[in-house]
Amino acid sequence: MTHRSDRTLAAAGLARVEGEGAMYVRVGDGRVEEVRLDIYEPPRFFEAFLAGRSYTEPPDITARICGICPVAYQTSACQAIEEACGVSLPGPLADLRRLLYCGEWISSHALHVYMLHAPDFLGYPGAIELARDHREIVERGLSLRRAANALMEVVGGRSVHPVNVRIGGFYRAPSAADLAPLAGQLRQALDLAVDTVRWVAGFDFPDFTCDHELLALRQPGRYPIERGTLVSSGGLAFPAAEFEQHVIEEQVPHSTALHARLAGRDRSYLTGPLARYTLNSQWLPSAAAAAAREAGLGPGCRNPFQSIVVRAVEIVCAVEEALRLIDGYQEPASSFVAAVPRAATGHGVSEAPRGVLYHRYELDQDGIVRSARIVPPTSQNQAAIAGDLRGFVQDRLDLDDEPLTRACEQAIRNYDPCISCATHFLTVHVDRA
Amino acid sequence: MTAADRSRVVVIGVGNEFRRDDGIGPEVLMRLREHLATGPDAAAETTVRLVCSDGEPASMIEAWTGASLAVVVDAVVADPPSPGRLHRFAIGRDDASGAQAVSSHGLGLRDAIGLAAALGRMPEHLVVHAVEAGDVGHGVGLTPPVLAAAATLTGAVLREVRAALGQSRERPR
Repeated sequence: MTHRSDRTLAAAGLARVEGEGAMYVRVGDGRVEEVRLDIYEPPRFFEAFLAGRSYTEPPDITARICGICPVAYQTSACQAIEEACGVSLPGPLADLRRLLYCGEWISSHALHVYMLHAPDFLGYPGAIELARDHREIVERGLSLRRAANALMEVVGGRSVHPVNVRIGGFYRAPSAADLAPLAGQLRQALDLAVDTVRWVAGFDFPDFTCDHELLALRQPGRYPIERGTLVSSGGLAFPAAEFEQHVIEEQVPHSTALHARLAGRDRSYLTGPLARYTLNSQWLPSAAAAAAREAGLGPGCRNPFQSIVVRAVEIVCAVEEALRLIDGYQEPASSFVAAVPRAATGHGVSEAPRGVLYHRYELDQDGIVRSARIVPPTSQNQAAIAGDLRGFVQDRLDLDDEPLTRACEQAIRNYDPCISCATHFLTVHVDRA
Repeated sequence: MTAADRSRVVVIGVGNEFRRDDGIGPEVLMRLREHLATGPDAAAETTVRLVCSDGEPASMIEAWTGASLAVVVDAVVADPPSPGRLHRFAIGRDDASGAQAVSSHGLGLRDAIGLAAALGRMPEHLVVHAVEAGDVGHGVGLTPPVLAAAATLTGAVLREVRAALGQSRERPR
């Protein structure tokens, strides 16, 4: 029913392993009165589950939190525990960690771009229907994921929940001969990635700008992936150890997830591809920078719908970085550095495909985890997503409930693959005032 | 079945062991790995691929593309539930587009089958062994009825594999 002034859109999500979500929008007197995004997320369970475990276990355990970005969880966990133990990785091992993370970026972004997000722009209900009409396009996405999975299998031991990661490095470091075959596959992937940018740059994007404060890592000289310090578009700059001083998590009644805000700020903040790109585009490697220019992206991007272009550019970046790291790879003398536990607290951050992922672990002198804190990008972005939905719905109140709900789902898919997956299964109920 | 065909048998265990009964896929995979490494079917270890999956469609398609037989083990949520009850679905290349497989995963097996059919990437034979779950909340360990079903299910999967490898005259129906 069109042009009603009072309406309620409620969408309840189906259980999903990586994340579960629901959306509620209430409109009264022609104005959006309330937008709620309810996310039920697993990290809180894992925080409790980790207490009492050995300091060696969090990388493997937290990798199970998300099937899409296990490397992100492993990396943030390793960095936090290594800091607590007072060790840092030498160059070759740090490079291997970045190389593994590149595989995850390629895989996760290709999944989101091709399977979840692109169908929205092309008028298809999902990837299956897109594949029926454009098989070669979907196959291109699968080829990118194949290259990424090959990379993760060689460096991480397997592509799903890699098993080769340990505190201080890896159980086994690959040889140069192990990595060599990947280079050929990645060179082909680079062409596919550039083609992906050209393809998505041609989509029609709603005119929409967000003004959230943007939060991302910075790794001067490199596009941030596996480590860095935190910076914001509002001038913040702080290390991981100060994360909880700047990012305040609060309980809200409609969600099991904590909502995050930046201390002392009265507007929401956003982490993820738009933030990374806007705060770090000057450090994109050459092919990715060229692809971004050709796509018409400026030095920053604040249209969430164009996040698909940014993700495609980040695929190019990750492939390019992987090739650089393989080309310069020198097998480390040891596959890990020994990390002796001590009573201390460590903090770790990395750029998961969906944004900043923070871990903190408090260890005792025997290496037992006394407490753990995990702040995923999902909970950090909830307020920003809800805020964007409010403005987005307000500008589209002339739409019927069904197309408006579809538009909201598309808007949610701009931010987070886990929520995106859940929204494919939303059922919508309309209550008429 | 030729020697080359034998390398085209894949068993995919879908699930997350930190979501209680959703861990049945990885559990059966672990039992199969132990059996194939040490049991009377040890020779099959080099000819059967065992793949652990989170159920994400693209990964499942990559795992079964080109396979003569793909066996998928997954948990399902049924209403009303009968935890531990086993189901078997056989889906051929020609009837994949009409298949209505079920999965506890939001974007999972049904999507993988539909996408594979659209891309012409279905295995020659796809068999799904599903176990009704009693609890897929956060936590580790299978509930007693699902744990009890694990041994039966492992045996059923082994029979599928043996049949495909020509060690049995007949594939289970």
